[in-house]
Amino acid sequence: MVENVTSPDVIHGIEVKIGQVPLWRVRLQMLWISIKANLKLFFENPIGVIGLVIILFFFLMAIAHPILMRTVWPPAIYDPIRGFDLSILVHPSGPSLSHILGTDPFGRDVLSQLMYSTSSEFALGAIAALVTVFFATTIGAVSAYYGGWLDTIFMRFADLIIMTPFITLLIVLSTLFDVGMVELGIVIGLLGGFGGTTVIIKSQALTIKVRTYIEAARVAGGGHFHIIMRHIIPNLLPLAFLYMMFTVTSAIFSEAVLSFFGLLNIRMSWGLMINTTQYTGYLLSFDKWWLIFPASVSITLLCGAFYLVGRGIDEIVNPRLRKR
Amino acid sequence: MTSENGYLVEIKDLNKLYPVSAGIFKTSNDFIHAVSGLNLQIRKGESVGLVGESGCGKTTTGKLLVRLIDPTSGNITMRIGDSTVDVAHLRGKQLKDFRRRVQMIFQDPYESMNPRLTIFDTIAEPLEVQGIGNITERQERVAGLLELVGLAPASSFIFRYPHELSGGQRQRVAVARALIVQPDFIVADEPTSMLDVSVRTGVMHLMQALAKQFGVTTLYITHDLAVARYMCDRIAVMYLGKIVEIGETEEILKNPRHPYTKALLSAVPVPDPTYKRQVVNIKGRISKPINPKPLCRFYERCPWGDEYCLTHDHPPLEDGKGATHLVACYHWEKYAGKTNQGPIATN
Amino acid sequence: MAEEVLRLEHLTMHYKTRAGELSAVDDVSFKLEEGDSLGLVGESGCGKTSVALTILKLLPENGYIKGGKIIINGKDITNYTENQMRKVRWGEVSMVFQAAMNALNPVYRVGDQIEEAMVTHLPPLSKEDMQARIDELFRLVGLDPALKTRYPHEFSGGMRQRAIIAMALSCGPILIIADEPTTALDVIVQDSLLREMREFQKKLGMAMIYVSHDVGVIAEVSERVGVMYAGRMAELGTTAAIFHDPIHPYTMALMSSFPSIVGEKTELVSLPGEPPNLLNPPSGCRFHPRCPFATQICIDQNPDFVEHEPGHFAACWHPRGKK
Repeated sequence: MVENVTSPDVIHGIEVKIGQVPLWRVRLQMLWISIKANLKLFFENPIGVIGLVIILFFFLMAIAHPILMRTVWPPAIYDPIRGFDLSILVHPSGPSLSHILGTDPFGRDVLSQLMYSTSSEFALGAIAALVTVFFATTIGAVSAYYGGWLDTIFMRFADLIIMTPFITLLIVLSTLFDVGMVELGIVIGLLGGFGGTTVIIKSQALTIKVRTYIEAARVAGGGHFHIIMRHIIPNLLPLAFLYMMFTVTSAIFSEAVLSFFGLLNIRMSWGLMINTTQYTGYLLSFDKWWLIFPASVSITLLCGAFYLVGRGIDEIVNPRLRKR
Repeated sequence: MTSENGYLVEIKDLNKLYPVSAGIFKTSNDFIHAVSGLNLQIRKGESVGLVGESGCGKTTTGKLLVRLIDPTSGNITMRIGDSTVDVAHLRGKQLKDFRRRVQMIFQDPYESMNPRLTIFDTIAEPLEVQGIGNITERQERVAGLLELVGLAPASSFIFRYPHELSGGQRQRVAVARALIVQPDFIVADEPTSMLDVSVRTGVMHLMQALAKQFGVTTLYITHDLAVARYMCDRIAVMYLGKIVEIGETEEILKNPRHPYTKALLSAVPVPDPTYKRQVVNIKGRISKPINPKPLCRFYERCPWGDEYCLTHDHPPLEDGKGATHLVACYHWEKYAGKTNQGPIATN
Repeated sequence: MAEEVLRLEHLTMHYKTRAGELSAVDDVSFKLEEGDSLGLVGESGCGKTSVALTILKLLPENGYIKGGKIIINGKDITNYTENQMRKVRWGEVSMVFQAAMNALNPVYRVGDQIEEAMVTHLPPLSKEDMQARIDELFRLVGLDPALKTRYPHEFSGGMRQRAIIAMALSCGPILIIADEPTTALDVIVQDSLLREMREFQKKLGMAMIYVSHDVGVIAEVSERVGVMYAGRMAELGTTAAIFHDPIHPYTMALMSSFPSIVGEKTELVSLPGEPPNLLNPPSGCRFHPRCPFATQICIDQNPDFVEHEPGHFAACWHPRGKK
């Protein structure tokens, strides 16, 4: 047993002249200090850093695409959806100086497609993650705190969602409705927010609910709303943030699968690139590797990267995993 | 204050029953009588110790008093300002007012504070939820109180997180949080049992001094008779949901009447190697009061128990001669002054 | 002359933490003979549990012995490997922890668990001998032998702690280390358990180390007491000497800050400040920031642990507060 160890990530309080500095400024200052301390911890862990570097790489690609389109890439040739390079006779053509990753069977530049899709993948991930976390945290906190029939309804509903085959449901939805990137993000978010993630967040909320400081807040006169907002949700956020990362991974993956089947109403995405390769019959021609590999490797890398960042955050959220 | 009897808190025939869980689809007919038929009066300004082993219902009683849980039956009346209120049936504004008058200090200084709130937010929480003062006033009040509980200078503690403080410092913060609304009554549930000896004494002194300064009445829940001796004017000994003996502290320690009190006193280790304690001779161990039968609750373990105790209801808490020392035992006079005589427990 | 069972020579143990080296045990020396009982007393973080863990080399991954020697039964075990230690644990030295529930496996009968400990550590016994021995152990710790076929969850806290002690006794150790053996128990159960522990210790003639924060418990069970503060041994002597004639100011403060239910109600002494952070312990004597008698030498130099009277050691520049 290690006794009396001051935890290494001590967020040092700040000394202030009481009443002279506005409280919000003090809070902002403390928030900044705690962010700095947590970032420091995050950067000590190579797993998270590797993930972050990959994400950053794709993020730069997303930013670079519109710039390249305006400067060096003539839209007629490089437009990811309507572009066509007349100077090349046979498409798909392999990598060359003008088309670093070659062209697809319709004569469009693969690199441009890849970069163009990146931003929508990010948007998809962000929407799914935010929706998931919003619902999972709210439902988790409320059903853990109140219990009873409210809890039973939400949890049985969660069981139902967990039991439903994820991809199959999405396939059904996309055949019935016009599903684009935003709609897909919301659907994936809702599935997580009412399903698996909620159950995890709720179990965490249950451990918080029985802590003595909840009783202390009640003795102080705090109502239900105060206790949920002030004591339960803030203590759930680190875990919620962790599950945001995992949701992004699952959103990107689901998008790829659905696009591969051609079920989404979107103009370009990584999944769609593979889909194009498939229906033009090049899926298994490995000599035309540039058709299949850029998109599939990107999907793998970005999914993996968010997972790695999640693992890095996990080690901050759960100090037990941390090496001393 | 013109109170008819001078009592701040009066507990009458208080009961708290918990159902014994029998499974998901069965409703249970078995109940644990955590607190049963409890009577206790607390005078304004005094400090009463509620002493007993774990599972005797002392913490349940404390939570009932601050209305963290609702009683199954019985009354708790408390004087708030000029009126007397029934704690169990407070609603709305009255309950809010009650929260301003009654506070609690918890046992575990590591569990009783939200790790994500600063010391300021922790102490100011009662002010915030009850809408007392503006932000500047709250800061000044918290700072003043921090210095009062010995965390000076306040500016170097006020914006820290609980994990940056030691156990003793946190318990001082807990004392400050309880005092910030200037309550009349504080329930302190084992406030020093998690602290180290050298730090504990300081917190004990602090609580005594501040209770006197603020004129606070305290109910001090503890398993440690030695601590109760230093903190309390009167001691009430609890056993299986009942008070078995109550009296002035020194009187209880010197002339215990109930066989359980006698056993409890002789079981406490004494920090003096030359002192020879009497052998504890009560049998068995504390059980759970599930659907207790109408006989003395202590009968099973009692060295004095006889036919009379077995066939009669749990003895009432009566006074012997002086009205201040009450005991719930049919035979205490027969054994008065004697130590527990009887077969030595084999356990 | 009684056999020497355990000797610690200048034992120093550190934990490696992210914030630096934490000196949990610093230069602790004492010895223990057959039939001895030593109480280690101090506040949390003073190193008393760390000493116990170090003796059995049960340190967590980040703890390591930085210096000194551990000699058990004449053998220097300081550099023993995990495999060699496995024979020492249980067979020669066994330990009883505070959290009794965690030490028993909930899915096996209590008797079977004791049997397993004996099968792994003792020469083979016949089935009857084994059962007879378990019965004997149960009686020794005050349990009904009929209970050996029960499961741990059917035991109360006190009974579980007794079963753990029976298990610790099963392989005939020469030393038992009991770390806060009764802290989780109620006073009445504690009282009978302590009595039984004293009895079987006398009967079996083994050595015993009690680790506790409770001065009262230590006063009752041990013949000698070691007072630890901030990783160092502040004072060591017979129980009577420590309680009635303490040398070290910390011992003096500790004794007078512990409330008692007997005798006059004396004013309790409260020490200023808090125990130090061992990542960065104070210079010189580690007690000097809280000591009422501290002078310059206390800040500059660490006092040696010397024998002031026969068998009564202390590390202080101002014994009994003298200049």
